Amino acid sequence: MKKFLKLPFADIVFALISFSAAITILTLVVATVVVLFKEASLAIDKFGFLKFIFTVEWNPVKEIFGAAASLYGTLITTFLALLIAVPVSIGIAIFLTEVAPPFLRTPIGIAIEMLAAIPSIIYGMWGLFTLAPIMADYIEPTLQKWFGDWPIVGKLFEGTPMGIDLLTASVILSIMITPFIASISRDAFKLTPDIVKESAYALGATKWEVIKDVVLPYSKLGVYGGIVLALGRALGETMAVAFVLGNKHQITFSLLDAAATITVTLANEFTEADTDLYLSSLFYLALILFLLSFSILAVAKFFLLRAEKHFQR
Amino acid sequence: MKKLILGILAGGVIGTAVADELINGAGATFPYPVYRAWAYMYYKETGIKVNYQSIGSGGGIRQIKNRTVDFGASDAPLPPEKLDEYKLYQFPAIIGGVVPVVNIPGIKEGQLKLDGYTLCHIYLGDIKYWDNQKLKSLNPNINLPHKEIRVVHRADASGTTAIFTTYLSQVCPEWKEKVGAGKAVSWPVGIGGKGNEGVANYVKRLKFSIGYVEFAYAKQNRLKYTLLKNKAGNFVKPSIETFKSAGATAEFDPEKHFYLWMVNAPGKNAWPIAGASFILEAREKKEVNKKVNRFFKWAFEKGDEIAIRLDYVPLPQELKQKIYKYWEKHGIAP
Repeated sequence: MKKFLKLPFADIVFALISFSAAITILTLVVATVVVLFKEASLAIDKFGFLKFIFTVEWNPVKEIFGAAASLYGTLITTFLALLIAVPVSIGIAIFLTEVAPPFLRTPIGIAIEMLAAIPSIIYGMWGLFTLAPIMADYIEPTLQKWFGDWPIVGKLFEGTPMGIDLLTASVILSIMITPFIASISRDAFKLTPDIVKESAYALGATKWEVIKDVVLPYSKLGVYGGIVLALGRALGETMAVAFVLGNKHQITFSLLDAAATITVTLANEFTEADTDLYLSSLFYLALILFLLSFSILAVAKFFLLRAEKHFQR
Repeated sequence: MKKLILGILAGGVIGTAVADELINGAGATFPYPVYRAWAYMYYKETGIKVNYQSIGSGGGIRQIKNRTVDFGASDAPLPPEKLDEYKLYQFPAIIGGVVPVVNIPGIKEGQLKLDGYTLCHIYLGDIKYWDNQKLKSLNPNINLPHKEIRVVHRADASGTTAIFTTYLSQVCPEWKEKVGAGKAVSWPVGIGGKGNEGVANYVKRLKFSIGYVEFAYAKQNRLKYTLLKNKAGNFVKPSIETFKSAGATAEFDPEKHFYLWMVNAPGKNAWPIAGASFILEAREKKEVNKKVNRFFKWAFEKGDEIAIRLDYVPLPQELKQKIYKYWEKHGIAP
């Protein structure tokens, strides 16, 4: 502190200004939690924590509210979206940095970044009008034909394909998060020093071996970072999902069935929530989403830090 | 240059003077197009701006409860006890209807006949196939396919759903017991579309589906509506006339602040799933209410034509008279 005060006056002012800018972020986060908590207190008193997150029923008429169905929808769509998007994005990034001829790199790179700039409502409309019919008429019946008879996997594709379901929502989400993972991975791959790659080639490694044994390990952290960022986006995505998910409060094993996510429930029901408990339960859902995103990102960050330490050694 | 600045200043002063003549309202989305049209015409005629924000009925009720707007609007009427609790006046302003729409290849609009019982049991999931015996006996002349019925409902909470489920609750005890009425309910079957456009799109796309949308929406998008059996036992077609008939035979009671669900109206030609959209006003703000009511009186007198053009149903003359008397009684007549 003494040292700080000995600094020139301008430095002190600058330090204070930048400090207050930084503290704004913390204040906002804390304020959000406080408001969510306060508004949700009625529902918290009424339902408790465990009961709320394990109740499937969401019945505004009888005022029984449970988060289980929305929570399930959120987790499943996010998980599936990552499952589809991660391999595709890494493939894109590898192609752009290692395989593609230079004249292709810029246009594809720009196309990827433009994909990230499309507003989510447009994805939703495209999903409803274009993707959902394709899913219902071609992709989902094919999946049923291939996997329908398999013992457990077959259950994933039960029901009448309507294109308004978990699978379509996950596909849309995966398209939305692909640019994040791809462009961050690409930047990470680019950071691999040429000298290391060239040494590998000099030792007689093939292109595949260089990618697998040199580039990927070198840029692992960057790729993880991109995935974490994408995860955050997928958890919170609302509009695109609202159009194609069917908005049904149920827990279903079949991917061809309608479901709901937390954000979709909030967007759908917030404007017309008329009783205090109803509104409070919606805030409670929001609080749970907040905690969920926060803890998932915290866990991801933790592993990232550990990997970083490991890597430095 | 000086002139220009003076001009801008003068403009600013006039601007604030006009801004005083501003009525703020918020609430239901369903009547928004007609309120907006009225507001525009009223502004052109009187210079008074009516700023209506369609934030949803729930929001409208909350805003007027907190006295942040001059009037609130709700698709669902508030019961008299609630109005006393929140110290509000209430009256209807416009009528609209909800119509079932279907997508069955080969069946034209207005061909399929339904009644309260079948509609209710389709939405309960008891009637699973289009060639169900009950449906067949209502439609002896139509060859109904043995296909699963795909039920579509609203995903977002809405006044349309409130009117629809109130109707089902009135005509079908099982519905009342198992599901009940509300802006959002726990649907036994079906998938949810977001907004009228979401439901309409699902119904258009999914063969053998059934959904329900606002009349204006069904008409403008040429969806295949069904006929419905009304309380008098007649099969009626949704139209301005049948809605009017529902409005004329519904018994609105000013003593109860017009609290009434217009479903299952007794008229011979009445469309059974109709509803009014209501205006809410704060009881202590007499002067503000007079200003608001001047706008609605003007709309009742001159706004019918534009309302019909937008596929809404104006209030019947007798009901308007009742509202004028209600204003006078409470000292808020313009």
